[in-house]
Amino acid sequence: MVRLRKFTLHRLWAIVMKEFIQMRRDRVTFAMMIGIPLLQLTLFGYAINSDPKHLPTALRIADHGPFARTLVAELSHSGYFDVVRITDSESEVERLLRLGEVQFVVNIPEDFTRKVLRAEHPTVLVEADATDPAATGPAISAVSALAATALDRDLTGPLSRLRATGPAVDFKVHAHYNPENITQYNVVPGLMGVVLTMTMVVITALAITRERERGTMENLLATPARPTEVMVGKILPYIVVGYIQVSLILLAARFLFGVPMVGSLTLLYAVSLLFIAANLAMGITFSTLAQNQLQAVQMAFFFFLPSILLSGFMFPFRGMPVWAQWIGSCLPITHFLRIVRGILLKGNGLPEIYPEIWPIALFVLISMVVGVKRYRQTLD
Amino acid sequence: MTGIGELAIDVSGVTKRFGDRTVVNGIDLQVRTGEIYGFLGPNGSGKTTFIRMLCGLLTPDAGSGTCLGLDILREQSLIKREVGYMTQRFSYYEDLSIRENLDFIARIYGIGARKAAVDASLARLGLANRSAQLAGELSGGWKQRLALAACLIHGPRLLLLDEPTAGVDPKARREFWDEIHRLSSEGITVLITTHYMDEAERCHRLACLAYGNLLVKGTVSEVIDAANLATW
Repeated sequence: MVRLRKFTLHRLWAIVMKEFIQMRRDRVTFAMMIGIPLLQLTLFGYAINSDPKHLPTALRIADHGPFARTLVAELSHSGYFDVVRITDSESEVERLLRLGEVQFVVNIPEDFTRKVLRAEHPTVLVEADATDPAATGPAISAVSALAATALDRDLTGPLSRLRATGPAVDFKVHAHYNPENITQYNVVPGLMGVVLTMTMVVITALAITRERERGTMENLLATPARPTEVMVGKILPYIVVGYIQVSLILLAARFLFGVPMVGSLTLLYAVSLLFIAANLAMGITFSTLAQNQLQAVQMAFFFFLPSILLSGFMFPFRGMPVWAQWIGSCLPITHFLRIVRGILLKGNGLPEIYPEIWPIALFVLISMVVGVKRYRQTLD
Repeated sequence: MTGIGELAIDVSGVTKRFGDRTVVNGIDLQVRTGEIYGFLGPNGSGKTTFIRMLCGLLTPDAGSGTCLGLDILREQSLIKREVGYMTQRFSYYEDLSIRENLDFIARIYGIGARKAAVDASLARLGLANRSAQLAGELSGGWKQRLALAACLIHGPRLLLLDEPTAGVDPKARREFWDEIHRLSSEGITVLITTHYMDEAERCHRLACLAYGNLLVKGTVSEVIDAANLATW
């Protein structure tokens, strides 16, 4: 009896071999074990950048003198500002900020040149979309540093005496939508997207694989139930769960974190339906692709990772390289985050959020089509 | 509608291949309405695959025929409404109670007087006292009764039973077969697969399969007379 209790290498080896054989059989799991670290390396190593540069900037310029031009050039050279629009309309710049098309608006007043010459330190108003403080922070610091030296190139010869009077330009930063740069204002609404993605995709990814693993699928297939009936029937109950989550987060946002709610909550609830549907449809599609529940969970995780990293939830969207922004734009959460933050912090209405709605709708459509196509009515 | 004496199942040349393995090889079969037809054969002889083709779960690679007068290739969804299929492995929800399982199936088939239908089927199979018990807690014999109740609830005209008595004790098996004969006397056609010879003797007619081929078919005595037949 004593000998049986001894740790033996051959028994250990038997277990090790068996594990390797099973690992080899489950190709998807093995691919995920290799794929997930590669994905993380790529995302964290190449895509994530906490010092976002080249932020789209609108220029509202009322003075076209040489000093103004130099100032604009210096802003561009700092690397943080890419002037994408020049306008003199106040309503247009406001619209651009609300839509999120530009991160900054730089206002150069009409008497800019004259005030510089008189050493009156003209005020240049920099308006920032500060919904995400992390996205604007570094650029705003760069602006303050620029103030002292921005016009040095022009202030030479007889004008060099102006340098002695202090910074030629007085930058004034106006942080819109989140003036106190409170991170929670950005994170808490964003959590709504993250929580929904995390739970909804996993729950439905398990839905059909569970039926298959437990053998109940054969029975369901032998009944007259249609694929769409099964799919929609499995989605609807979780829409209710999704709405409970949305409500919980909104309550917490309001009463625990004091997040401002400028826009229409009705609109937010309506759009949430689309986003919940997108995640559920994605989950159902994974569920038809996976062979077992473990694979389904791994696929959900594979989807969740870019959703949290490339959507602008954790790191500023504009800080990422173009390819990463492109991937991010394919994910429903990226658009949903903009919608939630837009409605809650900026008070956006339907016309402003519309550009973010149709990509989600398209995503729902595509994943439903793939899911229904993959869901076979027979066991063939 | 198929009447008495007509064929509930009439298929010929039914073939199914998985990759380069022929699992069912050109089977011809005629089953008369109201008959209990037994399918004998070792594991892997193609019984389950054949039954799945009859009820529209698999598409045959070759062959044609009808099931309850409906084309097995094109009218699969209509066949599903008329057939009760009991899978080899228990395939109801273990985390639902007996009543909840039956109620679910009754809803799927869109049965009008659902409560009455569920109650009737609970009573018929002696499940009424256990109706609140979770299916997962039932022993093999009770699971089998639940499965039979569930595939009878929509009033099928044909029952396809795939090894329904595997892992069930002798007493429960005997009761199960009494029930099968009652159903047959009500005009329901039954196609049943089994490994037990005593069960085979209770069938009206038999067919023996091996390696996807139909070896012999006929009444019990005809099959026994067909001599050198190995039994399992």
